[in-house]
Amino acid sequence: MSTKVIVETTINGVPETFVCEPRQTLLEVLREELGLTGTKEGCGNGNCGACCVLLDGRPVNSCLVLAVEAQGREIVTIEGLAADGLHPLQQAFLEHGALQCGACTPGFLVSAKALLDAHPRPTEQQARRWLAGNLCRCTGYDKIIRAVLDAAERMQADGSAGEAALADKAEAGATGNAPQSSSRPTAGEEVRPA
Amino acid sequence: MEAFAYAAPRTVAEAVELLVGANGSARVLAGGTDLIPQLQEGRRRASLVVDVKRIPDLCVLDWNPEEGLTIGAAVPCAQVAAFPRVQQHYPALHTACTLIGSVMVQNRASLGGNLCNAAPSADSVPPLIVHAAEAVITGPGGTRRVPVESVCTGPGQTCLAPGELLVRLHLPVPPPHTASAYLRFTPRNEMDIAVAGVAAAVTLDPAEGTCAHVRVALGAVAPTPVRAIAAEEYLAGKPLTDEHLRRAAQLAVEAAKPISDVRGSAEYRRHLVTVLTFRTLRAVRDRLAGGPAARS
Ligand code: FES
Ligand code: FES
Repeated sequence: MSTKVIVETTINGVPETFVCEPRQTLLEVLREELGLTGTKEGCGNGNCGACCVLLDGRPVNSCLVLAVEAQGREIVTIEGLAADGLHPLQQAFLEHGALQCGACTPGFLVSAKALLDAHPRPTEQQARRWLAGNLCRCTGYDKIIRAVLDAAERMQADGSAGEAALADKAEAGATGNAPQSSSRPTAGEEVRPA
Repeated sequence: MEAFAYAAPRTVAEAVELLVGANGSARVLAGGTDLIPQLQEGRRRASLVVDVKRIPDLCVLDWNPEEGLTIGAAVPCAQVAAFPRVQQHYPALHTACTLIGSVMVQNRASLGGNLCNAAPSADSVPPLIVHAAEAVITGPGGTRRVPVESVCTGPGQTCLAPGELLVRLHLPVPPPHTASAYLRFTPRNEMDIAVAGVAAAVTLDPAEGTCAHVRVALGAVAPTPVRAIAAEEYLAGKPLTDEHLRRAAQLAVEAAKPISDVRGSAEYRRHLVTVLTFRTLRAVRDRLAGGPAARS
């Protein structure tokens, strides 16, 4: 009943055309048709963030995107982060020991890149908020947060914030995406158990 | 996922034609954060998925001082939350848009989808109700406007007939001296679904210091989000003293018909309604006074 469709897109700055069925997710096509296996599948239903990619510059769960929706869109995957050598976030993750099994790491790195694109000097609270959709069963999160904040500082210091990586080329085309509100309202906005 | 056909129409008329042609077996795709897992798990079926994100009318986000706020049904929560007028005039809705799922989910999930998915716990629906939002729905027979509080008819059920499409939400300009808030209870900080949620909006009569208009809406404690009419009527004409807020919070429970499930017992949910209604109204009062909650 459903026929295959041709999808023209840009992945990590390179034009890419693929053929898929409408029922295939972007995650499935990235991994199984295009060989971009850096993007991971954890849950397949939007809960873990292992499949995070940038779609027109914004982080999304690629398991919750149909591949056909990518028509005319720009995608950045974990493979697009490193340019000449590792991205500062990748370097910081290594130095801080911010990974153990590594299954969650590509998702964290892409989410963290989106955070630093929107907020080059994030507070810890902002970082935790932006990474809340990424689950890690190994590290306990602290080292990840420290690595992200450290990478932000280093990128500020050497002026590399918002440039360099291949990924940013893709985002240059994503005009009309207003920077998003980052920090969740605090005082009195959520009720906790007493 | 079972196979389906996919279409990305460019106009509302084309979309309606596709929906009518599929005779009830098509599903509308906006952000997909509910639909795609439902299709994957077989909880919903579709012969055709109609992606409405390429229709300009469904991507509008606009405010003007006469008509208020217009939100296209496919606009993602992150975009709504980032729109300055939303935080300024519709703070209850702003809060909900920052609470739904993760940043990744908010970049995709639309308010139209949150409403049409009709989960009793949908965070944006109680705020839309207290902001007196209307849904603009187009079908083969033309366009109708329905108050948001009448859209959900049961868990996963809406008043939309097969072939009808939610095009946009319309929120009137709040009168002067109005404030609103939304609070929910979740055991976890992030990425959780409300055990109960309460939105409230109050317009003050500045001369009398009493409530001129009150709306209170509850989420996750009935088959659909509901207004707490008894609480609203009680507060009308009264000042927002702690005592009156407490009484209104007790009356709000009358509208709750909760179930017991994995997230909480019915009794616990009723208790949450009183606690959350009191705190939500208190947050509204703080905002009316220009207090800290107003600057969230
Ligand atoms: S695999 Fe996509 S969120 Fe878990
Ligand atoms: S390092 Fe193992 S899940 Fe995060």
